[in-house]
Amino acid sequence: MNVEQVLFYLFAFGALAGCSGVVLSRNPINSAVSLVAAFFFLAGNYVLLHANFMAIVQILVYAGAIMVLFLFVLMLLNQRDEELGKRTFSIAPLLGIFAAAVVSVTIGAGFMSYRNATANFPADVPVSFGTVQQIGRALMTTHLLPFELVSLLLLIGIVSAVVVAKRRL
Amino acid sequence: MSLTLEHYLLLSAALFTIGAVGLVTRRNVIVLFMCVEIMLNAANLALIAFSRFHLVADGQMFAFTVMAVAAAEAGIGLAIMVNIFRHKKSLLVDDLNVFKN
Repeated sequence: MNVEQVLFYLFAFGALAGCSGVVLSRNPINSAVSLVAAFFFLAGNYVLLHANFMAIVQILVYAGAIMVLFLFVLMLLNQRDEELGKRTFSIAPLLGIFAAAVVSVTIGAGFMSYRNATANFPADVPVSFGTVQQIGRALMTTHLLPFELVSLLLLIGIVSAVVVAKRRL
Repeated sequence: MSLTLEHYLLLSAALFTIGAVGLVTRRNVIVLFMCVEIMLNAANLALIAFSRFHLVADGQMFAFTVMAVAAAEAGIGLAIMVNIFRHKKSLLVDDLNVFKN
């Protein structure tokens, strides 16, 4: 195993463990913290895929901004450990897990049927691949319309978050 | 044997499954939101892996857009949750059954 594989398995199992921690831990704050860890491991995977800009954005936006927002709301609302209480058995989660398994098998089969999924990655990556320069140039030329739409969406998001959360306008 | 596209796609599918399972088993609305974020990240990982495979940066553009949408969604969703908690004093999906009957 070379260094890249060791790093991939480290990051992959870290991400899997973090995401499992989100689902398995009873306390929502523990969930949030393990999700932050999972995001860091995913950013490491992005670096392995030569997507350096996306790795930085992943840490800044996801681990830095979105999860801090989650933690703020969790601590603001200060809930009790409600899920520790009575556990009523119901068939719905089992059906849900079954549905999720079916969905995942479908996704995996779709991925595997991709014509050259087992091929190696191309070895010679251009130096500019995934850099801020390339991404910025693409955002300002070929992907200008989605970029502007996203800015509009974020504006709508800011305004509506204030409107919804405010007690009285 | 070195790393292939398959490795990343399987990791992506596994993460998506974990998110989906959490979405149907957990009852706290904020944890459900985190599970949605996990699923979005799984999709992002697949997009970036395909982008690396074909050496075309468009996949990273998609992932970038997904991140922006996730940020907007988290902001609005958490605002809605703050409001729900103010009215119902609870964030469990079992208690949010106003439309029942």
